[in-house]
Amino acid sequence: MSTTVKAEPAQPGQDDQPRRPVWRRLFIRPEAGSLVGAVAIFVFFFATAAPFRQLDSFATVLYTAAVLGIMAVAVGLLMIGGEFDLSAGVAVTTSAIAAATITYQFTLNVWVGVFAALGVSLAIGFFNGYVVIKTGIPSFLVTLGMLLMLQGANLAVTRLVTGTVSTQRISDMDGYAALEAIFASEWTIGGVRIRVLVLWWLLFVAIATWVLLRTRIGNWIFAVGGNKDSARAVGVPVARVKIGLYMTVGFAAWFVGMHLLFSLHTIQAGEGVGKEFEYIIAAVIGGCLLTGGYGSAVGAAMGAFIFGMTNQGIVYAGWNPDWYYTFLGAMLLLATLLNMYVRRSAAKR
Amino acid sequence: MTADDTSAPTALVEVQDIGKHYGAIRALEGVSLRVNAGEITCVLGDNGAGKSTLIKIMSGLHQHSEGVLRVDGEETTFSSPREALDRGIATVYQDLAVVPLMEVWRNFFLGSEIRKGFGPVKMLDSDRMRRTAREELAKMGIELADIDQPVGQLSGGQRQCVAIARAVYFGARVLILDEPTAALGVKQSGVVLKYTAMARDAGLGVVFITHNPHHAHLIGDHFVVLKLGRTNLDAGRADVTLDQLTQEMAGGDELGTLEHELRR
Repeated sequence: MSTTVKAEPAQPGQDDQPRRPVWRRLFIRPEAGSLVGAVAIFVFFFATAAPFRQLDSFATVLYTAAVLGIMAVAVGLLMIGGEFDLSAGVAVTTSAIAAATITYQFTLNVWVGVFAALGVSLAIGFFNGYVVIKTGIPSFLVTLGMLLMLQGANLAVTRLVTGTVSTQRISDMDGYAALEAIFASEWTIGGVRIRVLVLWWLLFVAIATWVLLRTRIGNWIFAVGGNKDSARAVGVPVARVKIGLYMTVGFAAWFVGMHLLFSLHTIQAGEGVGKEFEYIIAAVIGGCLLTGGYGSAVGAAMGAFIFGMTNQGIVYAGWNPDWYYTFLGAMLLLATLLNMYVRRSAAKR
Repeated sequence: MTADDTSAPTALVEVQDIGKHYGAIRALEGVSLRVNAGEITCVLGDNGAGKSTLIKIMSGLHQHSEGVLRVDGEETTFSSPREALDRGIATVYQDLAVVPLMEVWRNFFLGSEIRKGFGPVKMLDSDRMRRTAREELAKMGIELADIDQPVGQLSGGQRQCVAIARAVYFGARVLILDEPTAALGVKQSGVVLKYTAMARDAGLGVVFITHNPHHAHLIGDHFVVLKLGRTNLDAGRADVTLDQLTQEMAGGDELGTLEHELRR
């Protein structure tokens, strides 16, 4: 077990200011609550579900967490920046459909389709951000509109070109193999299936954490979410930061969309609806404030990890998977309470 | 309009007959004001008198629709707060001076972060920023237990002082303070007034927005009273008494009428 526990490293505490004891600094980090929660849930399933104790099961948990987690990290950054993106779930499907359809219909190299899909995803992100910034309409409404538009377009376009609600297979087309290796390869080491997506996820979490805590952009993300008017007054380019965050969500949607395309081969056009809430929930469990200005990438990843454990753990424990959402809802409430408690007691000192 | 004698040196910032309308609403009309180095100009007025509009024009958040804005005698229109900052005009807003959830040092350097490294891996020099913020605040007599604590945990007066210290550190020549004492108790207000005076002594030109004539009279060198977007009084310290200022602010003749109506 000792090897797998490494998969949930606590990123914080790299501040080498000898100002406060390490445990104290750890405790006041936004992800503190979710770390405690993740350990508790891990112990719970470890104790109650025998199959959960196998290394390979843990690899599956990590994979489930990664599919959600890459999006959760991007959505978490956006939430720290003070905005929502309800279209993020279907945008994943949109990206995959765009890549498959463009490649197949124009008989192109798959690379071309994949990059075209990246363009589509970034454009969706840009549109969301631009409309939110320029009109001042709450992002909840703007991205809800985008969610509905994409949901309809995914089905309509797919049916228009294929006559069905799933995309054509592109697995025999040029460039497929290399892209599959990038987005969806997996190895078996000692009976444990390692999926490359998990590694990508950890990389993205590391980058996002570094950006948030160590760069100017990160400072600006906290500022535009915490108080956008005072950020603007001291010269922070609020519009560019927010649009950039929406485009980051677009990028993540593209990445996950490509993973789904290259691992499932065909995409069901109706997929993705409802996922947007899972991303938001993961970020909230991880300590991101709904109102912005507070949170962490590690926390969002922890939230996704809790999702993954619950999702698989219920199956391993032999319970009816119907309970999944009940379990999740309870967890969301508990996590929010725990985070509130942690934040308050950190504030008291 | 009793304009100051014109032999004075070029003002750091000067607005002349400035006006602003939002659609059909006239927020400001024909207001003039000079900000000189080492002086405090107080702008007084009731809610809706046009105080905020005036400072938003001077700090680059809004653009004026008529009149002239001069910086160092040169006619200018700011298109963004960044531009005003670059010309040395820093504004400390009453309610939006800081980002409450962010650490003190991050707030101190927000928008002007110190970085190290090159190209795409440029990162924050957080040690240096922590140290500098602590030193600069100590210079103004603000001793914080922890530079890493969120600004929201400081008292209202301390928050204003952090914002003022920040503006001074980043080389502001003109400091615009938007109702810095409005939400504060007596003691906290005193602290803020002291720092305002320190900024003046350091040679900054200060615009002090308030609706408290007592605070204004304590530190002001020049007073401009706005009413419904127009100048109601424009006088140097020698030409106005606290009673006069209070009378102007309290509504002048209107107060007399009100007093009459309320008398039993």
